Amino acid sequence: MTVLDVHHLTKGFTMHHLGAHMAAFDDISFLLNAGEFLLLKGQNGAGKSTLLRTLYRSYLAQSGEILFHSNHGVIDLARAADIDVTYLRRTEIGFVTQFLTARPRVSAEALVAEPLRLAGRCAEDALDEARHWLNAFGVKPALWAAYPTTFSGGEQQKVNLARTLILPPRLLFLDEPTASLDVNARAALIKRLTELKAQGTAMIGVFHHPGDVATLIDREIDLTPDSATGEDRKDVVI
Amino acid sequence: MMDAPQIVKTQPLLMARNVSKSFGNIAALQDVSATVYPGEVLGIVGESGSGKSTFLRCLNLEEHPDQGSYTLDLPNVQGNLFDLDRYARRMLCATRIGIVYQNPHLGLLMKHSSSGNVAERLLVAGERRFNVLREKARDALDASEFPLDRMDAPPIELSGGMQQRVQLAKAIALEPALLLLDEPTTGLDVSVQALVLDTLKKLQQERKITMVIVSHDLGVIRTLSDRVMVMRRGRVVEEGLADQVFQDPQHAYTQQLVHAKL
Repeated sequence: MTVLDVHHLTKGFTMHHLGAHMAAFDDISFLLNAGEFLLLKGQNGAGKSTLLRTLYRSYLAQSGEILFHSNHGVIDLARAADIDVTYLRRTEIGFVTQFLTARPRVSAEALVAEPLRLAGRCAEDALDEARHWLNAFGVKPALWAAYPTTFSGGEQQKVNLARTLILPPRLLFLDEPTASLDVNARAALIKRLTELKAQGTAMIGVFHHPGDVATLIDREIDLTPDSATGEDRKDVVI
Repeated sequence: MMDAPQIVKTQPLLMARNVSKSFGNIAALQDVSATVYPGEVLGIVGESGSGKSTFLRCLNLEEHPDQGSYTLDLPNVQGNLFDLDRYARRMLCATRIGIVYQNPHLGLLMKHSSSGNVAERLLVAGERRFNVLREKARDALDASEFPLDRMDAPPIELSGGMQQRVQLAKAIALEPALLLLDEPTTGLDVSVQALVLDTLKKLQQERKITMVIVSHDLGVIRTLSDRVMVMRRGRVVEEGLADQVFQDPQHAYTQQLVHAKL
């Protein structure tokens, strides 16, 4: 079952103060199925993170289509109304970044419970489940009610993972989520991703050390300019 | 230009179309349009003189534009709101729209008690029972995280952050469909600013209040808004999802604005 169908996607940045245009990636096309894990490869600056952000609509595509097969029908994320994108981000599309967006005076557990609260879950249930995931990612109970603004990078990242992965998305983008994680947290992340993948979540990821997720990868796309293959199938799953 | 909504079928709560306003030969607003969905937070950024506050005052029906239309999708509210007579305007603002100004003097009677300031809103809407007035004022102050032991102190004796909380309580006392915020944290200490922002965020999540917030402070807009509109010289130069406008600004002016942020 197709989840994402990308056609001729091109992105560049116009920098008005320099009067310059910088190309990021050019004419990318690929298909992603439910439960598939796609790894983006390429050197620094090849446009891996830019591609993720363009798919998530944090960046505007220059041309091309991003056809997302949502629970409500097919929609082109490159051109979808803001309100539709906001809705899909809350319900079907997740993005795990390297950084937690902490808010002043909001506890770790409240931050993790928030996606469940927004999905209509009652406060108590949401908090219970939030604590379960904080525990799973190795955040000590003493920190659950504390404000993550003061946490170390690694602890913040665990909170971030618990928050973004608490609800199973249909489509998940991963931008170097293992960067600041210790061994245990990395294992917990792989476990959760494996679980989500089995449930049918389609994933696209950028990893500095792809070995971390070797067991999950189905296919790779090389974004290095002039790489001959563009897309090569590593092995076929499903 | 983006496509029309395809998944979200809800009607927008607020629709303003081609609002224009001149002061003498200065065009303060030129063809400004905005659409806000229920529960959404629209942030408007721009430098002084961009027209953002004038636009907000039009939405609060205290400024009458030369042209344009403005509708709110609410029961018993019909037609172009700019055409309402003075009495209807006053009732609509008192009951369905709340506003918080940068300057508390604009929104509050500084020498009356804080609870009285909040209750005044309820009086305008027709509530006369003293105990109900006091109870509702207390609830609104509490929701705004105002310390209740000070609810009878006049705003003039309170700190800037507390005065903003009284304004906020007054604005939400009647559970308005629309909350307008004009530089609500400008001039406050950074720590106080964070607390007020947090209160606003909490209110937005718990009560699903639709908000339009105007600020020249990009951090404030970024913290609160789902969508952002950038104004310059009375016109909208760019609009989009908050993260997109801040991370991938398209217009030369927005790029300048984003890069100027510390």
